[in-house]
Amino acid sequence: MIQAIVFLPLLAALVAGLGNRAIGNTAAKIVTTGALFASCALSWPVFLEFLGGDAAARVVPVLDWINSGDFRVAWSLRVDALTAVMLVVITSVSALVHLYSWGYMAEDESQPRFFAYLSLFTFAMLMLVTADNLVQMFFGWEGVGLASYLLIGFWYYKPSANAAAIKAFVVNRVGDFGFMLGIFGTFWVFGTVSIPEILEMAPAMAGSTIGFLGTSVDTMTLLCLLLFLGAMGKSAQLGLHTWLPDAMEGPTPVSALIHAATMVTAGVFMVCRLSPMFEASATALTVVTLVGAATALFAATVGTTQTDIKRVIAYSTCSQLGYMFFAAGVGAYGAAMFHLFTHAFFKALLFLGAGSVIHAMHHEQDMRFYGGLRKAIPITFAAMMIGTLAITGVGVLGVFGFAGFYSKDAILEAAYASATEPGRVAFAIGVFAALLTSFYSWRLVFLTFFGAPRWAASEHIQHALHDQGHGHDHGHGSAHPHGADNPAEQEHAGDAPPVDHAGRHDVAQGTGGYHPHESPWTMLLPLALLSVGAIFAGWVFHHSFIEAEHGAEFWRGSLVFDTHLMHEMHEVPLWVKLSATAAMLAGLLIALWAYLWDTSIPGRFTATFRGLYAFLLNKWYFDELYHLLFVRPSFLIGRLFWKGGDEATIDRFGPNGVAALVAGTSRISVRLQSGYLYTYAFVMLIGLAAAATWAIAGR
Amino acid sequence: MIGLQHYLVVSAILFVLGVLGIFLNRKNIIVILMAIELILLSVNINLVAFSAYLGDMVGQVFAMFVLTVAAGEAAIGLAILVIYFRNRGTIAVDDASRMKG
Repeated sequence: MIQAIVFLPLLAALVAGLGNRAIGNTAAKIVTTGALFASCALSWPVFLEFLGGDAAARVVPVLDWINSGDFRVAWSLRVDALTAVMLVVITSVSALVHLYSWGYMAEDESQPRFFAYLSLFTFAMLMLVTADNLVQMFFGWEGVGLASYLLIGFWYYKPSANAAAIKAFVVNRVGDFGFMLGIFGTFWVFGTVSIPEILEMAPAMAGSTIGFLGTSVDTMTLLCLLLFLGAMGKSAQLGLHTWLPDAMEGPTPVSALIHAATMVTAGVFMVCRLSPMFEASATALTVVTLVGAATALFAATVGTTQTDIKRVIAYSTCSQLGYMFFAAGVGAYGAAMFHLFTHAFFKALLFLGAGSVIHAMHHEQDMRFYGGLRKAIPITFAAMMIGTLAITGVGVLGVFGFAGFYSKDAILEAAYASATEPGRVAFAIGVFAALLTSFYSWRLVFLTFFGAPRWAASEHIQHALHDQGHGHDHGHGSAHPHGADNPAEQEHAGDAPPVDHAGRHDVAQGTGGYHPHESPWTMLLPLALLSVGAIFAGWVFHHSFIEAEHGAEFWRGSLVFDTHLMHEMHEVPLWVKLSATAAMLAGLLIALWAYLWDTSIPGRFTATFRGLYAFLLNKWYFDELYHLLFVRPSFLIGRLFWKGGDEATIDRFGPNGVAALVAGTSRISVRLQSGYLYTYAFVMLIGLAAAATWAIAGR
Repeated sequence: MIGLQHYLVVSAILFVLGVLGIFLNRKNIIVILMAIELILLSVNINLVAFSAYLGDMVGQVFAMFVLTVAAGEAAIGLAILVIYFRNRGTIAVDDASRMKG
C-alpha cells in the first residue's frame, strides 16, 4: 500500500511528462490528479491507523541500491507516525493543488508539463519523508529541489522566472553542501547511514569530540549543525531565505504546494526525524532555536511592508517556518510537527485564495490595486478570512480555536516552559512576531477585500478592459493589445522593483468599469476543503500531537517526545497562555486602525520612519548584501578567469597560438615560392650537392 | 696523351656551363632546355670515359640509354614549350612565374 502511495505520483508524472502533447491536456490532468487523489485516499487510513494507536512503525524494503564494503544503502520505505503525518499533508495538499490547477492553469499552453512536474514533485517529497536512510532522504531532498527549480522556472520565457529558479537552486546548493557534509560525517562517525541505527547510537556519542578543520569539536554538535545547514537552505531560514520570496515567480498553485505547505517544511521534518541526534547536542539546539526565532522575526517584519500579495504570504511562510524551528530547538518536536501540519492547511489555503484573487483581478498581484473585493468574489473572501483567522491564531482558550491557535500557542508555551535562555528569547520574539503576523495578515485582507476599489490604476486591469473577449492577454507594453497572445505569461511577481509608495493612497480609486469574476468550481472546491482543514485541524488533532499522554502514544518514538516538557507547557502562567491571543488582537487592532479607519496612517508612518521603512521594504538589504559579498566577487573571479585565464593564457598559447604560428611560418615560406623555374632548380642543385657531399665525405 | 683526367675536366666544364645556363639565363626557356641537354651530355662523357677506363661496357650502354631519354625529354620539352607559347604568347623566363605561392 505504501508503495502505491509513493509510486503512483511517479507513474502519473511519467505518463503525463513523456506523453505530453501526444496524450493531450485532459488525459494528463486526469492521470495526474487521479493518481494523487488515489494516493491521498490511501494515505489517510495509514494516518488514522497511527492516530488510533494500533499501528506499529514498519519498514517496507523495495530494492537494494548501493552495496560497497561497509556502505550499504537500500531503497526502503519507512512508515511511522511522523511519516504518516507528512503523508497526509503532502498527498492532501498536492491532490487539492492538482485539482485547483485545472482552473488556474486552464489557459496555459503546456499543461501536461505542469502536471507532470507537480506529480514528480509529490513523488520526490514522498520519497523524502519515507526515507529509511540518509542517502535516500538526500535523493528526495534533491528531487524536490529539482522539481522546485523546474516549477519556479515553469514560464521559462520570462527572464525573471529563470533568474528566480536559478537563485533557488544555487541558494539551496549551499544548504545541500552542508547536508552532504553532515551525511558524510555521520557515516564516518557511526559507520552507517541507516536512520534507526544512527538514532540508536546517537545519545552515546554525546560529548565525544572529533577533529575538524584542525580543531577539536564536539561530534554531535558538528554533525547536527551541518545537517541543520541543509535544513536552513530547504526551509528558507535566515541567511539562506533569499530564494523563497523570489520563488513566487512560479505559478500560484506551485507556491501553495511547494513553497508553503510541503517542500519548505522538509527542513523541519528532517530535524524532527533526527531529533535524537539533535538532543545529543545542546549547542546545536540553541543554534536551531535562535535561527528559528531570528527568522520568525525577520520575515514577519519584512512581511508588513510588502505590497505583492504573494510575497506577503511568502514572508509569512518564512516566518512560520521560523516558529517550527524554534519549537524544535526547545525540544518540542511534537509542537513543531503540529504547526507544520496545521500550517500546511491554512497556508495552502491562503496561497490558493490569493491565486483566486489574482485570477479574478486579471493577474494583478499588487495589493495597492485591490480593495473592496469582498462583494465581487465572496467565496474566495470567505476562504481567505478562514485562512487569516487560522494563521493569526484566533481562538478562545479551552473552547475552540482555528488551526493556528493550537499550534502557535503550543510553540510559544513550549518555548516559555523550556526555561532556558534561548527558549525565553524565542518566546519573547515569538509573541512579537505573532503580533506582526496578525498585522500583516489582516493588512492583506483589508487591502484586498475592504475599502474602496482601486482597480482603475492597474495596468493589468486596463489590459483586461481593452481586450474584452480576447482571453488573457499580457504583453508588457500597452502598444500591442493583440500582440503577445500568450495565455501563460501571467504573473509578474516582483517585476516592478519596490519603489517608494508611501503615497499608496494616492492611486486612482474606482473600478475602472472592471467586473471581477469568481473562480471556477475546480478552484473553489480545494479552497472549501482546505478551509475545513484550517478550521478543524488544530481542534481535532491537538490531543494526539502535543498532549503529554496521548502524544507519547501517538508518536511512539518516531521523534523525541519530551512528556515532561509537554506537562510543563500546561503549567505555564496564564499570561503566557494569553500572550499569543493578546498579540493577535493587538495586531488586528493596528491593522484595523491603519487600513480601515484612518487610511492616512500608513503614509504618515512611512514618512516619519523613512529609514526603518526602507530597511524593511528592502528586506533588511539581504539581497544587496549578498550581491556585494558573493555575486560581485563571483563575477569578478569569473571575469578574471575568463579574460585572464582563458583568453589571455589558454587561448593565447593554445589554439590561437598554434594557428598564429602556422600562419606566420607559411607567410615566411611563401617567399621561397618565387615561381621562377631557376629558383627551384637552384634549390634542387644545392640539395643534391649537399646530399652528394654528405654521401662522399660524411662517412 | 689524353687520359681520364682530361675527359673529366671537359665533362665538368660542360656541367658547370649547363648549370649556369639554367641559373643565369633570364631570357628564354629554350636556353634552359639546351642547358639541360648540356648537363646530360656531360654526364654521358663521364659515363663513357669511365667505361673506357675501367674496360666495362656497361657504362657505354648506359650512355646510349641516356641519349634516348634525352631525345625524348627534348621532344616533350619542346612540345610543352610550343603549347606554352600558344597560351601565353611569350617564352621569356621572367614571365613564367605562375607557380608563385
